[in-house]
Amino acid sequence: MGKTLFDKVWDSHVVDRIQDGPDILYIDKHLIHEVTSPQAFSELKNRNIPVFRPQQIVATADHNVPTLNQHLPIQDALSRKQVAQLNENCAEHGIELYGLGHPYQGIVHVIGPELGITQPGMTMVCGDSHTSTHGAFGSIAFGIGTSQVAQVFASQCLLVDKPKSMRITVDGQLRPGVHPKDVVLYIIAQLGTGAGTGHFVEFAGSVFEQMSMEGRMTVCNMSIEMGARGGMIAPDETTYAYVKGKEFAPKDGALDEKITYWKTLPSDDNAVFDQEYRFDAKNIRPMVTYGTNPGMGIGIGETIPDETGLSFEKSLAYMGFQKGDTLENLPINYVFIGSCTNSRIEDFRAASAYIKGKQKAPNVHALIVPGSQQVAKQIEEEGLKDIFEAAGFQIRQAGCSACLAMNEDKIPAGEYCVSTSNRNFEGRQGPGARTILASPLTAAAAAVEGKIVDCTQV
Amino acid sequence: MEKFETLHTQAVPLNIENIDTDQIIPARFLKATDRKGFGDNLFRDWRYNSENQPIADFVLNNPKFSGKILVAGNNFGCGSSREHAAWALTDYGFKVVVSSFFADIFKGNALNNGLLPIQVTPEELEGIFEILENHADASFVVDLQAQKLFVDGHDLEIEFDINTYKKTCLLNGYDDIDYLVSQKEKISQFEKLKHA
Repeated sequence: MGKTLFDKVWDSHVVDRIQDGPDILYIDKHLIHEVTSPQAFSELKNRNIPVFRPQQIVATADHNVPTLNQHLPIQDALSRKQVAQLNENCAEHGIELYGLGHPYQGIVHVIGPELGITQPGMTMVCGDSHTSTHGAFGSIAFGIGTSQVAQVFASQCLLVDKPKSMRITVDGQLRPGVHPKDVVLYIIAQLGTGAGTGHFVEFAGSVFEQMSMEGRMTVCNMSIEMGARGGMIAPDETTYAYVKGKEFAPKDGALDEKITYWKTLPSDDNAVFDQEYRFDAKNIRPMVTYGTNPGMGIGIGETIPDETGLSFEKSLAYMGFQKGDTLENLPINYVFIGSCTNSRIEDFRAASAYIKGKQKAPNVHALIVPGSQQVAKQIEEEGLKDIFEAAGFQIRQAGCSACLAMNEDKIPAGEYCVSTSNRNFEGRQGPGARTILASPLTAAAAAVEGKIVDCTQV
Repeated sequence: MEKFETLHTQAVPLNIENIDTDQIIPARFLKATDRKGFGDNLFRDWRYNSENQPIADFVLNNPKFSGKILVAGNNFGCGSSREHAAWALTDYGFKVVVSSFFADIFKGNALNNGLLPIQVTPEELEGIFEILENHADASFVVDLQAQKLFVDGHDLEIEFDINTYKKTCLLNGYDDIDYLVSQKEKISQFEKLKHA
């Protein structure tokens, strides 16, 4: 029997198998940030254990940082302390830190790929569930808890049971205006938020083969929202071209050698997956969510389904919707374009292409938060900043921002926010805030129109 | 980690599906740099209103219910990887969460903190909710060694699964770091081979 992409990468990282127990899995790269690392550093200190491989760790500050005036001390005392502690811990243990003010600072899942830290065939972890993003390169990347962060600090390994495999194939041609975000929201709406639990998902088929690296990152990023441990896409010419020339990517002969290896990674033709699903690209429309989990998604023109159950009713009550409602033409006051799902340059190009020459609706607060300092620089260099500002959008500095509202960027209670982030959980963007997940194009259009519209129908 | 001893306790029902880690502990409370005190903000926005007053009909504010077992709807702990969710539950006093389905990362985090996730069938879960609806003070027993959950005086005995390695860890109070650190030599050898 052939091996899957996932099998190949996993098996090559198994240090040992414990009988009737988990595998000892070797971790190539460990990304850390200010929120889920402090307790792991303390754990090591308390037990007098050194950091085993500090050179394989990269740190940044992203989750709680302000997106205004990053050159000034952080005003919120607790956030300031968390960031200071990250700085101290990295200095003490010799860990590379791209902290506030550093030109490489940004959302951990944006900077890993853009710096060439993320490469095919690697194992990567981070104390953040959206670590699945890096699977876009054909690496095994998954989120871990703080106890596991401490384990990787201590041993560069984790004890983990090998997940099952799943393949989701989407073939055909996407309709114009349908973005990678719509593809993944569609898949989660079809399969539900628990469908991927216990599995690693490989996304396959012509839709992903034709997708850019940034689009693939958006898709793999949200694989956790269907419960999967992670998502993966087989590396190909698009992957190699993206990696080539990045700051920490292998160069010249070393790169050629790596590419020869990466070419052996895609799933064998006769590989068998524990679970398989297939979808047709032509059925995918621009998507929005109407409820309080990412599986509650519909096409913009479609109506909220007639489901029953306490949890479903509770969710609709929170959002202020009724069964049978459509979200088309729903007035909204907030738009957020950012987060590890959609804060890369292509996302802002798509948004600005729609916005160019238009104005945001007067009632709408529209926030643009680049995923990294480098993306921010690129927005400026490509002239997108001028377009956004002329249209009345606010451009902020890099960070997780209103995706999880750990900093000041919150959506007020009761307000609808069309958001390019990944989670529409109750209170995720601030207590009482009502999140509607969508693509950067749908978010841009909502900001201009002041209501939800289907760009493909305008 | 504390050893997991056989529990005799009551249970708290929270019959909601897809309870995500943002509900268990909202992100704005993740700014602490130690593991303590998260229990005060467990289920914060369901437990307290915007004026910080307890919401009477939320189960943790209902004096009828208490105990070290939380019984929750399907797909408990989905969402963020924040271990703070497990810390909030244990800090509040829970030792066990029962559900018909757990999200992967939460399950791992729970086990790493001596919090036992017990997965039961949807029918069994329904049965437990029914018992609690009629007998808020029902007395539950969790015997990890025997992998059994039962309720005194009720016709309900559930055998649950747990990974043998994790069971040993919980019963003895071991954690993964001890084991991994003991394997450093093997890990270094692996590194040499891999980079050879």
